[in-house]
Amino acid sequence: MFDTLDAPATHVPERRFYIPVEHHPENGTLLGFWLYLMSDCLVFACLFAMYGVLGRSYAGGPTGAELFDLPLVAVNTSLLLLSSITYGFAMLEMQKNRLRGTLGWLVITGALGAGFIGIELHEFAHLIQEGAGPQRSAFLSSFFTLVGTHGLHVTFGLVWLATLLVQLIRRGLIEANRRRLMCLSMFWHFLDVVWIGVFTFVYLMGVLP
Amino acid sequence: MHSELTRLVLGRLSWDAIPYHEPILLFTFIGVAVGSAAVLGALTYFRAWGVLWRDWITSIDHKKIGIMYVVLGLVMLLRGFADAIMMRLQQAMAFGGNPGYLPPHHYDQIFTAHGVIMIFFVAMPLVTGLMNFVVPLQIGARDVAFPFLNNFSFWMTAFGAGLVMMSLFVGEFARTGWLAYPPLSGLAASPDVGVDYCIWSLQIAGVGTLLSGINLIATIVKMRAPGMTLMKMPVFTWTALCTNVLIVAAFPVLTAVLVLLSLDRYLGTSFFTNDLGGNAMMYVNLIWIWGHPEVYILILPAFGVFSEVVSTFCGKRLFGYASMVYATVVITILSYLVWLHHFFTMGSGASVNSFFGITTMIISIPTGAKIFNWLFTMYRGRIRFELPMMWTVAFMITFVIGGMTGVLLAVPPADFVLHNSLFLVAHFHNVIIGGVLFGMLAGITYWFPKAFGYRLDPFWGKCAFWFWVVGFYFAFMPLYVLGLMGVTRRVSHFEDPSLQIWFQIAAFGALLILLGIVSLIVQVVVSYVRRESLRDRTGDPWDGRTLEWSTSSPPPAYNFAFTPRVYDNDTWADMKKSHYQRPREGFIPIHMPKNTGAGFIIAAFCAACGFALIWHMWLPAAIAFAGVLAATIIHTFNYNRDFYVPAEEVARVERARTRLMAAHV
Repeated sequence: MFDTLDAPATHVPERRFYIPVEHHPENGTLLGFWLYLMSDCLVFACLFAMYGVLGRSYAGGPTGAELFDLPLVAVNTSLLLLSSITYGFAMLEMQKNRLRGTLGWLVITGALGAGFIGIELHEFAHLIQEGAGPQRSAFLSSFFTLVGTHGLHVTFGLVWLATLLVQLIRRGLIEANRRRLMCLSMFWHFLDVVWIGVFTFVYLMGVLP
Repeated sequence: MHSELTRLVLGRLSWDAIPYHEPILLFTFIGVAVGSAAVLGALTYFRAWGVLWRDWITSIDHKKIGIMYVVLGLVMLLRGFADAIMMRLQQAMAFGGNPGYLPPHHYDQIFTAHGVIMIFFVAMPLVTGLMNFVVPLQIGARDVAFPFLNNFSFWMTAFGAGLVMMSLFVGEFARTGWLAYPPLSGLAASPDVGVDYCIWSLQIAGVGTLLSGINLIATIVKMRAPGMTLMKMPVFTWTALCTNVLIVAAFPVLTAVLVLLSLDRYLGTSFFTNDLGGNAMMYVNLIWIWGHPEVYILILPAFGVFSEVVSTFCGKRLFGYASMVYATVVITILSYLVWLHHFFTMGSGASVNSFFGITTMIISIPTGAKIFNWLFTMYRGRIRFELPMMWTVAFMITFVIGGMTGVLLAVPPADFVLHNSLFLVAHFHNVIIGGVLFGMLAGITYWFPKAFGYRLDPFWGKCAFWFWVVGFYFAFMPLYVLGLMGVTRRVSHFEDPSLQIWFQIAAFGALLILLGIVSLIVQVVVSYVRRESLRDRTGDPWDGRTLEWSTSSPPPAYNFAFTPRVYDNDTWADMKKSHYQRPREGFIPIHMPKNTGAGFIIAAFCAACGFALIWHMWLPAAIAFAGVLAATIIHTFNYNRDFYVPAEEVARVERARTRLMAAHV
């Protein structure tokens, strides 16, 4: 007890108002990117709201039940969900510092994503051919916009993935590239989550009477 | 074949788009052309192009970007005000047999442009500019979290403003009112380029604003100096945080709704059309889900400025810091629950209207708490009536009046009578001029010495103050009267001669505000000329209380030689009380981001793409879009983005400051 009284720590230390060594603030990239994703999520929220309001405004045109080819959409959905898993494998490889494994899984992810886009384009072309284009009714306007915006995001994700592949090959798993992989990972999984919403609200509920 | 190619390249752009048959526009164009030629000539004569490119256009320094935002806002204020005074003149004379001097299709463009410009290209840049300049300094950071993104955001805003200005001379602007409600803004009612100009300028500027919001949130969350916990942040930084949360949560809605309107106009979809199942009220709902938070995006930073100013010029800690913070947060949340009060007349029924009426009225509670906090800070303070403090007092009086008319409008039955009347116009000008604009002018006066190293001339500042404040009351109190008498907004000609006197009083008020703006310009010129006698050598001209006043005026590029350590709310006041001595030696190299031209280039491609889309120039649009993608991808290959300021350079800059401060004593 008396020891503490003698100890030099008891006098009030002078407060120093600056840090005399180099101070590195935390890196905000992941937070910033997450904020961006949430803002993107709000764009999708608006499109979902539009679909919620206009989704049954057929204007005498075809309905979801008549148009949607659920088995095809199921294939599409599994491609995208699988691509999320393969992206996860790429991240695991990255954490083990294995460049070749990372690249390999990323290429598979990209292939699955491209397959998804291909099927979606096929579906859109088919609908437009049948006279069920976005101009036909408010329902189809909101359908094409919601699904198309998601597809556009996946397409940009593919462009990003290709760019990142080149950068990985050139510079390897350096800090900056790891950060970029993390961001693309969040982006890719985010699109997966949005797609689950699309699949449920647009396709599954769309075929209900 | 040839004509098809021409269509692909030029779209609907032709010589007819140049309004040379409109004398007002022609003379404006000549004026602008002569002015720009003079500026470009001067830049060439003084060999300033290199400096402009290296030190400003490509700069990722948050202070320079902040200054550029404010300059953009003030330049656009001149344009927005020119629109305002034209409307006031038209309404003051267009009675009975006199049609006035503006034909309706021109008048409609003017009120649309006035609204769009004042909100998006005056108020937003001023607010964003102040936040950009002040926040990193207040939290003891070297820059924002994403310096390159900051530069890009600025240029997106600036190019958006450029597109609006272009609509003056090439084509025309929307005739729909600033929010471009469909079906009026749809293809059937507005087939020409006006609405497209509106859409693309807002879309481009909106992306810039959103990114800037993300940037500042990350900055405030991640980069505060050690010891600065959330409840030790200066109030301006708190309001900036809340504002940027609002930006990130509101601007995506604007982006989405503008995309939907574009799809209606470009691809023939039917979101907001009258036929094929469209629903125009969805647009009105969505645009106000963005629009109401938007007004709080503007006012919250102004509240922050007033908090800093009151506390500084009363020489006291802010009264009720915690309640101020909670009030700000509550306003942030409530601002999402009131959007429907903009269209009680939609017919959504009594219960929905009551809900939104009540939430609207509840907002006045935290706002009232703020007013009382400022008053109690002043109570028994040693008040120095410098200019920022004068603006603050004028704000408190004016804003309370505007707030009370706002509560009145929140009562749905009253709103049914006053909806779309001049009473509403008077109300929102009362809060935006009396709140946002006075706040921005207070903030600019307050932080100007920090940015440039000398104070603004107080005499001309006081002229500006009195002209603005008195002018405001002359210009807008008559509109309350007219609104109560049932005069609706956006009308360019009147029959009832008994109304004319009120419009003439309002025009006189606009004239006073014009004198206020002239005084502001004179103030800047005079201050520049007299800068030696107005010089701030200490870095702390107002006896400030927060960290930005601890560094030099203007601050070095790296802001602080050493990262500050924070113990108390008013850090700098705390440091002064503890007889803090600036470190004079032991400097270390400082890690800083490098300038880059990528932001400017990408934003320029975006603007080119927007312009091409406005005119249906499909080929140039595709090329510009490819340019956006290519420039972005190329930028990602640049890994060499930062450098170290050598310790000797830091020591040299700090020695210069030591000498400057010695010269002051």
